[in-house]
Amino acid sequence: MELHELTLKQQLDGLRESSFSSVELTQEYLKRIKSKDPSINSFITVTEELALKQANEADDRYSKGKALTLDGIPIAHKDIFCTEDVLTTCGSKMLSNFKAPYSSTVVSKLFDQGVVMLGKTNMDEFAMGSSNETSFFGEVKNPWDLNYVPGGSSGGSAACVAARLASAATATDTGGSIRQPAALCGLTGIKPTYGRVSRYGMIAFASSLDQGGVLARTAEDAALLLSDMSGHDPKDSTSLNIEVPDYPKEINNDISGLKIGLPKEFFEQEMPDYVRKSTEEAIEVYKDLGATIEEISFPNIDLSLPVYYVLAPAECSANLSRYDGVRYGFRCEEPKSLEDLYMRTRSEGFGSEVKRRILIGTYALSAGYYDAYYLKAQKCRRLIANDFTEAFKSVDMILSPTTPGTSFKTGEKKNDPIDMYLQDIFTIPANLAGLPGISFPCGSYNGLPLGLQLVGNSLEEGKLLSAAHHFQKVTNWHKESPEL
Amino acid sequence: MSLSDKELKEIAYLARINIDENSFPSLKGELDEILGLFEKLNSANTDGVEAMSHPLNLSQPTRKDEVTEINQREKMQESAPLVQSGLFLVPKVIEGEN
Repeated sequence: MELHELTLKQQLDGLRESSFSSVELTQEYLKRIKSKDPSINSFITVTEELALKQANEADDRYSKGKALTLDGIPIAHKDIFCTEDVLTTCGSKMLSNFKAPYSSTVVSKLFDQGVVMLGKTNMDEFAMGSSNETSFFGEVKNPWDLNYVPGGSSGGSAACVAARLASAATATDTGGSIRQPAALCGLTGIKPTYGRVSRYGMIAFASSLDQGGVLARTAEDAALLLSDMSGHDPKDSTSLNIEVPDYPKEINNDISGLKIGLPKEFFEQEMPDYVRKSTEEAIEVYKDLGATIEEISFPNIDLSLPVYYVLAPAECSANLSRYDGVRYGFRCEEPKSLEDLYMRTRSEGFGSEVKRRILIGTYALSAGYYDAYYLKAQKCRRLIANDFTEAFKSVDMILSPTTPGTSFKTGEKKNDPIDMYLQDIFTIPANLAGLPGISFPCGSYNGLPLGLQLVGNSLEEGKLLSAAHHFQKVTNWHKESPEL
Repeated sequence: MSLSDKELKEIAYLARINIDENSFPSLKGELDEILGLFEKLNSANTDGVEAMSHPLNLSQPTRKDEVTEINQREKMQESAPLVQSGLFLVPKVIEGEN
């Protein structure tokens, strides 16, 4: 078996047993990126020199018996995470020349555990999109079929792991940006509880919803990475000061007796038969594993999409006001006045979806509309969170499809924002309530993967990873890989 | 719910974004559709419901008022479009003779 075919866990075992070196593993990925990525476009920057330096250092530590927890594992980072002295673009022309002066906590923590950085992955501009078509650096293609989208906004991270161009990748999720691409690319993706992973150095989109996480091939791989990424960070005032459990150990916890809730309103949505069928088959797998299934109700679920599309743009319009052409990033040519500098820098530097959301957010926050939209949406957000609180009185986790279908063709939804926004209909509620969610492969249709989503109670990432791990022990969907 | 040209111009100015007048009709169409989505919020009874601005019901932690960052002005300004003597340069702000 070739090295890139191994899971992260198998690679770690191999490195520990000296079956191969980190340099060999890293070189294999770099070679694959060179030959395969031109048709996928999952990387914005490949950091070959740094990767080989880090791999050499890891090998050195192995030879001295001083290996770190994830020593020598080559992964990719979403280009939303600041990496010191390395281009950090957030998929935007606005930051197309921005070399971050410091590293995000997520990246620093992984560096501290010996993780090798292969490069920075493509993404929807400022994480706004569900298809990776809004990137200034071009569309990302789905490795399962290059005519299809990989999902978004973490589309580059998902595509590179699916194409076996990296062992795993970091990602972020504001309304589904980890789970939806995980589903569309046949991967396991986890968005932790809000506050579990530090947002320091993670470029902000909607600060009350953004959360960093992982895209990996298996729940076991995701558990390994999440353990080292999580934890309290004094540099992020919303970071939780609560001990991080040993996820790689927790995934083996027994799941018999697990109570899984099926929100009847989700299943009342229009969805293709193949989605319903795969979901029902997954439910049968859980029944066989000893779980009990219960129907639950989410009376306010219909409000999720409108609440999200008021709050996320409102927060984005505030967060993105910092891009003014003065302190960093793109600046328009020959500004005639300060106002001209602001206006033209922002008009030329942002793409159309980002501008659309800034305009919506500005409108929702403007005098006369604040109460009707922003405040009303915040109250409705509470109603949705209350639905979850009620549900978790009777069940341990909530099951649904991750997306309303498999991937769609590039260009298919590009000019229909609402249709694109519906991609996240099942994933948004977890962000609104700040809860952890995981997506993993549960089927396929016409050669394209499908994902199953589980949403857990606050801080129960371990339980979600364990439920996914047990599912993967008795199914093979996660083992399938695209032919390239 | 429909935006007038005047409203769209005002919002764009507040956001400091120029919009080409030729793209007004298509942009307005898209924004109207998104605003239409918001109508659903009106159907929810939120009497007595506390606004939720954040998923964590935590208070902001405080720390001692100590210097924790070292001065890295040059490094921080490396990505700036135009800098002189440690200052960010912008077009002239105060009107007057040259």
